[in-house]
Amino acid sequence: MDSIIGQGIDRIDGRAKITGAAAYAADKRAPDMAHGAIVTATIARGRITSIESTTARNTLGVLMVMTHENAPRQAPFQARADDRHARPKPQLASDEVQHFGAPVALVVAETPEAARAAADSVTVVYEKSAGVFELGDASRDAYDPLKASEGESSDSHIGAVDAAFDAARTRIDAIYTTPYQCHAMMEPHASLASWQNGKLTVWSSLQLIESAHKSIADTLLLEPDHVEVISEYVGGGFGGKLPVHADAILAALAARELGRPVRIVLTRQQMFHVTTHRPASIQRVRLGADADGTLTSIAHQSLSQSARADEFSEPIVNATRSLYAAPNRLTSQRIATLDLPVPDSMRAPGEAIGLLALEQAMDELAVALDMDPIALRLRNEPEQDPEKRVPFSTRALVPCLTEGARRFGWDRRRKQPGTTRDGRWLVGMGMAAAIRGNFLRKASARVTLKSARRAVVEMDMTDIGTGSYTVLAQIAAEVLGLPVENIEVRLGHSGYPDTPGSGGSFGASSCGAALHDACTKLKARLAAGEGAQGLSAEGHVTPGEDYKKYSQFAYGAHFAEVGVDETTGEVRLRRMLGVFSAGRILNAKTARSQLIGGMIWGVGAALEEEAVVDPRFGAFITRDLASYHVPVHADVPDVDAILLDELDPHANVLGSKGVGELGICGAGAAIANAVYNACGARVRSYPITLDKVLPTLLDRME
Amino acid sequence: MRPFTFERPTSIAAATLAASQLGGKFIAGGTNLLDLMKVDVERPTSLVDISALPLRDFGATAEGGLRIGALVSNTDIASDNRIREAYPVLAEALLNGASAQLRNQATAGGNLMQRTRCPYFYDVFMPCNKRQPGSGCSAIGGYSRLHAILGASRDCIAVHPSDMAVALTALQAEIEVHAPSGVVRTLPICALHRLPDETPDHDTSLAPGELISAIILPPPARGKQAYRKVRDRASFAFAVVSVAAILDCSSRTVRDVRLALGGVAHKPWQPRAAERALVGAPASGASFEAAARAAVAGAEPQPGNQFKIDLARRLIARTLTDLAARGG
Repeated sequence: MDSIIGQGIDRIDGRAKITGAAAYAADKRAPDMAHGAIVTATIARGRITSIESTTARNTLGVLMVMTHENAPRQAPFQARADDRHARPKPQLASDEVQHFGAPVALVVAETPEAARAAADSVTVVYEKSAGVFELGDASRDAYDPLKASEGESSDSHIGAVDAAFDAARTRIDAIYTTPYQCHAMMEPHASLASWQNGKLTVWSSLQLIESAHKSIADTLLLEPDHVEVISEYVGGGFGGKLPVHADAILAALAARELGRPVRIVLTRQQMFHVTTHRPASIQRVRLGADADGTLTSIAHQSLSQSARADEFSEPIVNATRSLYAAPNRLTSQRIATLDLPVPDSMRAPGEAIGLLALEQAMDELAVALDMDPIALRLRNEPEQDPEKRVPFSTRALVPCLTEGARRFGWDRRRKQPGTTRDGRWLVGMGMAAAIRGNFLRKASARVTLKSARRAVVEMDMTDIGTGSYTVLAQIAAEVLGLPVENIEVRLGHSGYPDTPGSGGSFGASSCGAALHDACTKLKARLAAGEGAQGLSAEGHVTPGEDYKKYSQFAYGAHFAEVGVDETTGEVRLRRMLGVFSAGRILNAKTARSQLIGGMIWGVGAALEEEAVVDPRFGAFITRDLASYHVPVHADVPDVDAILLDELDPHANVLGSKGVGELGICGAGAAIANAVYNACGARVRSYPITLDKVLPTLLDRME
Repeated sequence: MRPFTFERPTSIAAATLAASQLGGKFIAGGTNLLDLMKVDVERPTSLVDISALPLRDFGATAEGGLRIGALVSNTDIASDNRIREAYPVLAEALLNGASAQLRNQATAGGNLMQRTRCPYFYDVFMPCNKRQPGSGCSAIGGYSRLHAILGASRDCIAVHPSDMAVALTALQAEIEVHAPSGVVRTLPICALHRLPDETPDHDTSLAPGELISAIILPPPARGKQAYRKVRDRASFAFAVVSVAAILDCSSRTVRDVRLALGGVAHKPWQPRAAERALVGAPASGASFEAAARAAVAGAEPQPGNQFKIDLARRLIARTLTDLAARGG
């Protein structure tokens, strides 16, 4: 019989989603529910001197106005905590304003309309302080982050980079910049909080149930077993729902004060400041190579935004440590403190923007060497991890490159920019490598037989649109020897066994391995003669030594064809192909969907996405989806992802690696390189909007 | 959003009277007004829903043109065969605007009555002369990449977002307006929207309670028509710059030309000097390039949008060149 794991079966939660039966956080209702609206700060730094809320309090239907003057006692914020998503997140805790758009008051009313209207009438008076809002201005004070990400240090240095670079025959030394980006998921952040008999239940839109559970309980100074957190369906997270935000904490506080359930939904405009974002970066890449393309030195140095309210360091250079061979290497990661909201992880933190720089620099090097960019990468394929100096668990970058080139028709690409045209469009092709770290996290799962033929899986994992429900059902079905439809998967409740949740592409592998263990144990007990009905087993997984003994990454290669309007500089994607290798694939359909989704994020990062800061206000100005652009359907006419067969025996019992972020890694650089090939514009400041392409066209044509 | 009353009158007289009261506002498709109410920019105290008014007529005029009732949806205009064949620039402009869902909901009159777009206008806590006269213009010295390069003032540099209005300007359409007094007047489309000057709080020349009842298209113009919209993504984005062009050539000479630009000013911009320079000139790349230069000659860009001058110039020249190459 064919393996159930890997089959591209439809999502088992698909019907519930398309019929509306799946209740997202803002869909939840509770008897006697009240509605909260958040008032946010209109200064970037300073103190609240007074809040005038008489009108709000007197508005028909208003039940309460909460400010720092009357907010209940909460645990203090702990900056730089070990698990930043599990720590207390007190709200309205002081008169201090740490960034524009920070919550300063909550209005609760009988209807959302009344709450919002009353919130609009709250007047806050501030005493403003000066702030720093531009990364360039703060670069003098850049520093080495106290806590670099994923257990890696912020610096690496091997050999003599400067000397090797100076001596190299061909050199690239370029600065690349990437802007602030926002998660802009479809479902806004929302929470409904309800108290019964001293116990709190919070329905929210979250990626990490266990962290959220601890964060909410600790913030409200509650025993953990007095708090239940539920997040059954999540309409996109991308890192933006890793933390608990003000909606959950304020709903819980207000519900306790009022003695009735309270729901809070963030507005789209609020999401840009009340939640997190991807920090802007300035990156310098230096590459030195011999005439045959052999890299003699790689240096990649990043500076990115951190915030006064808390530290965050995006691990921008980490993948550079493992991607190509070179004897002399230097990477460094620096951050600068600005008075903007605190940044946090956004889809493929690190690689997503690090590769925008590195993989465009590699393309520039190929041009300087007059070498095919694929040949350049093949020339510098390492035999082992060049910095960790351990073997790769698996590494199929070369097959991804060669198979992708064949399928895409790379041999039809003309080296000289501006020489291929289709009507008014200058047409170009570009490529880039994809690399994304693979992680395994501690996880648990419980499986229970309802009958000899039906099983229930329970874990606090979330499905943020990725397909968790489906792949977990497939794993249980395969190990237990049952049809997929006989497996009921229950996720997103804090009462279920702990998992690392959805984030960092570790969810499917970690949870899948734990579930595999639970099902294997259950099967063994059945085989030993225990009765089926009600039989239950818990399984676990803990990362082992293989994550130290092997360099573990998923790989891929992106190929993009773009058109550049020769008159206007508009860039439009024509087609895009990604070929990936990510261990064993758990569901061919949902994996491909995730990879395509990631590639489309790459299109957005390359061409469209930018949260603009106005330093006069210290605020993101582009605060809706009309001004913060993400790709629309017309932007992505023909995008495909191919998965190569692979099994990584060192990753986990399933042999799988994460695919949720791999698709974005390098995708934008392939587009940037295609823009160069199309028209000769080398745009190092993302996003590549038409105004940055136009000067090259003016030079070309006039 | 603040509390408001809601009524749905069945006569134009009742509607105009209701909306002429302080705080009154018409609502049709609501695609812009509701957004602005949610962010507290628009604060009407009474909404006058005009959807029950008899403004859905869409037929020929005695002069050989077309009359489009104010409540005809953007989709219905764009998909109408008479429009597609005789006024293709209008159909193209409409299909380049918004999304299918919005075009289904949005009406002809509502399209024209969109407020100008500017992120500072949309945030009630930032100074904006359009929202709060005298408070200052935050876009000047701020994020002004998409703002005006022509006809702006020291008080406002916002641009009008309508694609349809740009096409209607090239077509020299007329707007029929009912006043609360019962008076019905028509005005050329170019007199509907206004430049900001010192009163940017007024987007149009309409008085309180005045209601657009119809758009009147003149008989089809001679020549070829095109609408070209430059934008930051392939769909569902406002124009960075757009051009509506109607070019009538005879034996390689320009007999008549009409141009209108979007994304450059507080209203659809008519580059009259460019039009004048072209009439009688050879239908050549050199003529079109010279006209395009004339069109942007008086541009006064912001630091963030100087590129719009080259962009508009190149777009005009290219569009005219393409139209001339189509023949006829």
